[in-house]
Amino acid sequence: MVDIPYEGIAGIPPAEVPDVELYHPRSWWTRYVFSQDAKVIAVQYALTASAIGLVALVLSWLMRLQLGFPGTFSFIDANQYLQFITMHGMIMVIYLLTALFLGGFGNYLIPLMVGARDMVFPYVNMLSYWVYLLAVLVLASTFFVPGGPTGAGWTLYPPQAILSGTPGQDWGIILMMSSLILFIIGFTMGGLNYVVTVLQARTRGMTLMRLPLTVWGIFTATVMALLAFPALFVASVMLLLDRLLGTSFFMPSLVEMGTLSKYGGGSPLLFQHLFWFFGHPEVYIVALPAFGIVSDLISTHARKNIFGYRMMVWAIVAIGALSFIVWAHHMYVSGMFPQFGYFFATTTLIIAIPTAIKVYNWVLTLWRGDIHLRVPMLFALGFIITFVNGGLTGLFLGNVVVDVPLSDTMFVVAHFHMVMGVAPIMVVLGAIYHWYPKVTGRMLNDVLGKFHFWVTFLGAYLIFFPMHYLGLLGVPRRYFELGDAAFIPPSAHSLNAFISIVALTVGFSQMVFLFNLTWSLFKGEAAGGNPWRATTLEWQTPETPPGHGNWGKELPVVYRWAYDYSVPGAAEDFIPQNQPPRATRLVQGAAS
Amino acid sequence: MVVALILLLVAIGSVLFHLYSPWWWTPIATNWAYIDHTINITFWITGFVFVAVIAFMAYCVFRFHHKEGRRADYNPENKRLEWWLSVGTGVGVAAMLAPGLVVWHQFVTVPADATEVEVMGQQWQWSFRLPGKDGRLGTSDVRNIGSDNPMGLNRDDPHAQDDVVIENGDLHLQVGKPVKVLLRSVDVLHDFYVPEFRAKMDMVPGAVTYFWIKPIRTGTFDVLCAELCGAAHYQMRAKVIVDDEREYHAWLEQQKTFAELSAGKAVVKATYQSGGN
Amino acid sequence: MSAIILFLTVIALIAGWWLSQQRLTAKPWLEEGPAGDFPGGDAMTWPAAKIGLGVFLAVASALFVLFISAYSMRMNVVDWRALPVPRLLWLNTGVLVLSSVALQWSYMAARRDDADGVMVGLLAGGVAAVIFLAGQLLAWQQLNAAGYFVASNPANSFFYLLTAVHGLHLTGGLVALGRTSAKVWRGAGIADLRLSVELCTIYWHFLLLVWLVLLGLLTGWTDNFVDICRQLLS
Repeated sequence: MVDIPYEGIAGIPPAEVPDVELYHPRSWWTRYVFSQDAKVIAVQYALTASAIGLVALVLSWLMRLQLGFPGTFSFIDANQYLQFITMHGMIMVIYLLTALFLGGFGNYLIPLMVGARDMVFPYVNMLSYWVYLLAVLVLASTFFVPGGPTGAGWTLYPPQAILSGTPGQDWGIILMMSSLILFIIGFTMGGLNYVVTVLQARTRGMTLMRLPLTVWGIFTATVMALLAFPALFVASVMLLLDRLLGTSFFMPSLVEMGTLSKYGGGSPLLFQHLFWFFGHPEVYIVALPAFGIVSDLISTHARKNIFGYRMMVWAIVAIGALSFIVWAHHMYVSGMFPQFGYFFATTTLIIAIPTAIKVYNWVLTLWRGDIHLRVPMLFALGFIITFVNGGLTGLFLGNVVVDVPLSDTMFVVAHFHMVMGVAPIMVVLGAIYHWYPKVTGRMLNDVLGKFHFWVTFLGAYLIFFPMHYLGLLGVPRRYFELGDAAFIPPSAHSLNAFISIVALTVGFSQMVFLFNLTWSLFKGEAAGGNPWRATTLEWQTPETPPGHGNWGKELPVVYRWAYDYSVPGAAEDFIPQNQPPRATRLVQGAAS
Repeated sequence: MVVALILLLVAIGSVLFHLYSPWWWTPIATNWAYIDHTINITFWITGFVFVAVIAFMAYCVFRFHHKEGRRADYNPENKRLEWWLSVGTGVGVAAMLAPGLVVWHQFVTVPADATEVEVMGQQWQWSFRLPGKDGRLGTSDVRNIGSDNPMGLNRDDPHAQDDVVIENGDLHLQVGKPVKVLLRSVDVLHDFYVPEFRAKMDMVPGAVTYFWIKPIRTGTFDVLCAELCGAAHYQMRAKVIVDDEREYHAWLEQQKTFAELSAGKAVVKATYQSGGN
Repeated sequence: MSAIILFLTVIALIAGWWLSQQRLTAKPWLEEGPAGDFPGGDAMTWPAAKIGLGVFLAVASALFVLFISAYSMRMNVVDWRALPVPRLLWLNTGVLVLSSVALQWSYMAARRDDADGVMVGLLAGGVAAVIFLAGQLLAWQQLNAAGYFVASNPANSFFYLLTAVHGLHLTGGLVALGRTSAKVWRGAGIADLRLSVELCTIYWHFLLLVWLVLLGLLTGWTDNFVDICRQLLS
């Protein structure tokens, strides 16, 4: 490719561009609804994701009612139960967590943290949100179509997903696939923005190694998502064709309710490979932004640089790369070629090493820090505990032979809720408490926040920690009722009831949070520009909330890394990234 | 410091719960005690790491929480510490992985003296098949399935004629005899799951999967389906009964072969054809 | 899945090479001062649209490679009956090559500041692309008429699916091409246009390459290659 000089574009560092061409909204509609401003799009993403997430939360209550008190609630039948678990899982993993971390936090934080005026393709960014909204609406519509939403489990395994023995076989599954396809298209538009903004629109002086780990996490996760989502796209399209046109990509010869079906020759395992080729990176697509954000929360509130920044960056990149070669650990008991087990168990357990390094560095950051136990920090600590717990149980399930008895039991359910449910949600909540002042200009209420933290953290732990032991006992997952089984003692039913009660309590405590969000919007204490005395660029904007174009007349110039906290010799315990060095600065006593 | 104390209590509480939990794995009924040992090793290692990390964190919160005038240390990295921690983690991982892979090797290596048993899953019931006197299972195909041939056996295959077919019944196994369980499904994914056996494997329509076990104690065990298979997934039950040799043979005597079960005309035809071969 | 693993390895090598230029081993806490003092690691100077297209091509490649992975796994099953490739496809391929050549012509004209040449190239390329799409539809019709329905064999299903996905990508390209042509029509400055024309050209070449790979796959030329890949994995 020939590189041609483009007049006025190439070779000029962004800081010297006098007036960056931005789309300027002219009306209320283009300012708040069809906005091309990444900050508004971020809020739109976050609100939509939270709204559909609340639906998924209510679904989890219904599931827990059934599991805790089987036979008590006549309005839940076996079909509905399967529909609830399916929609709960799909919404939480994709439409809530992925959309919130990348579409929400990514949109808000990337331009601000790298010192850009906006995303590089604002129009495409706006489209991304609207396609996402459409995907969510299509998904939500399945609750109202004949037959209801699909009950195939969030993994949508064929042949079951498209056969008549599964609820939602008429419309539910078709709309689910369509919604996923839309989501992926919408995400790709957004993802291009996030990646190119980080690559190209960083302000002067913002080298890669000066990026906050939040940006590293979101950036790496986006790259992974861009490469992994096509696998879900391919699987969805092919399954949709199997369902609509009667092709046999995934469908073998089979007898459907006593009659021989028209299908033949297809491979259900092919779907599983494609699904998990997306599905495993998806875990890290959710986890890496959480890793990044939590690093910044800990560093800011412990007033200490993140310990081992370079190792943290390398670990993010290593985890991102490794996560593409571990997918089949979800398929140890799928009947795939057994020799694959050695390879995938090894790669899976290797990925524990960079992950463990991240954990060590988080807790080592606390060592000799100046720990302010504010709400975001509490959530960060809660994240560490739940993530360590969930990560360690991952070592059970990743180790092929240990997975054999534990797969498809409640142990798996407990594990993935701990590691990619509770842990990332801890970060999401902590991050909301952390950045809410920047988004709205007001602080969230501290007392309500602490109450919210303790109920959510302890409650979630009480839900999911004992659940592992139900799995160890052998209680299978996705069961409407446990029924009579000699190996399940009555105490297991009591534990289920206990878990349900705690789950409902934790669920309702989120209403306190919603109240706090709304109330503080109007009555919260004024935050000022930098309430946490943080170093990163988003806290250095001339206005709070940041105005259109983020930076006023001139882009910030970056002189230092993102973690200059408690630097010896400095007057304050933080030095913002855009503060020029003093000529007389003392040499830093850096250990290396 | 309350926060540090609660964090510590979470770790201690988890350990106590682990030690005193009334919910623990079912008494094992097969040779796969190795799997339980591997789980125990993993529990020890991960439990140690869990407690260590949380205790360290709680200590930091206790010792270094904000007080007037405190200033954090400045310490960007410590290569040697990170290096040692990585190596330590690597050793721990290897200590879990190595026994896991060894046991996996045993798990996928079926002993030569294992006899075959077939389990067939369909929405939402189990069927079983044992090789007859010839010791071989006949071939099958979903296209053969009919009301008189629920397992879709191949009528033209002489090996199929003496196969023992168990519809809506329980499976009996003989204690101490290794058995290779062949798994097949005629509609969707299922998973033949007996918690006491520890072994399980998905059943995939269009393919035959397997695992092997050697029952080590007699008893009656619940069979559940462990792979979501539609609306009545939770009701897909059966029983496996592990007998001693005498009881097992007594049971086997009473079972009907495929030829006996097939309705008159079909049997005659099949016998004629197999005789002609 | 070997094809996608191979593809990701290539992506990882490119990413690794790029990262190796970014001084990831630097100790940022020691490097206080303006960026100029520490060369490397600055933002890319290419225009955003060009980087964006590059990233998009990586995503689109991943999509096609995954389809190819699925294809190579599914074709192993005994029920696979390769379908005869309509002769028309060769003609279509020729037209698509012409389309790519026309766009290259347009791009060269843009570099020479030759506005008329740009327009001619864009129109010729666009028309050829439309003819290609029409030819693909005709090929579908021929196959359908000959009894090769989409659901009657997985080979057929894949044929329709892959050609459709490729066609949709080309249709998307036509939208971009249309917008670029409209800019030329309105008499936008040639400097503004260069980038748009260049991006269209890159995208066209990419789709031509994808088509050639798909054609190789559908005609069975790549079978040997696929076999080798499979052996590598197993």
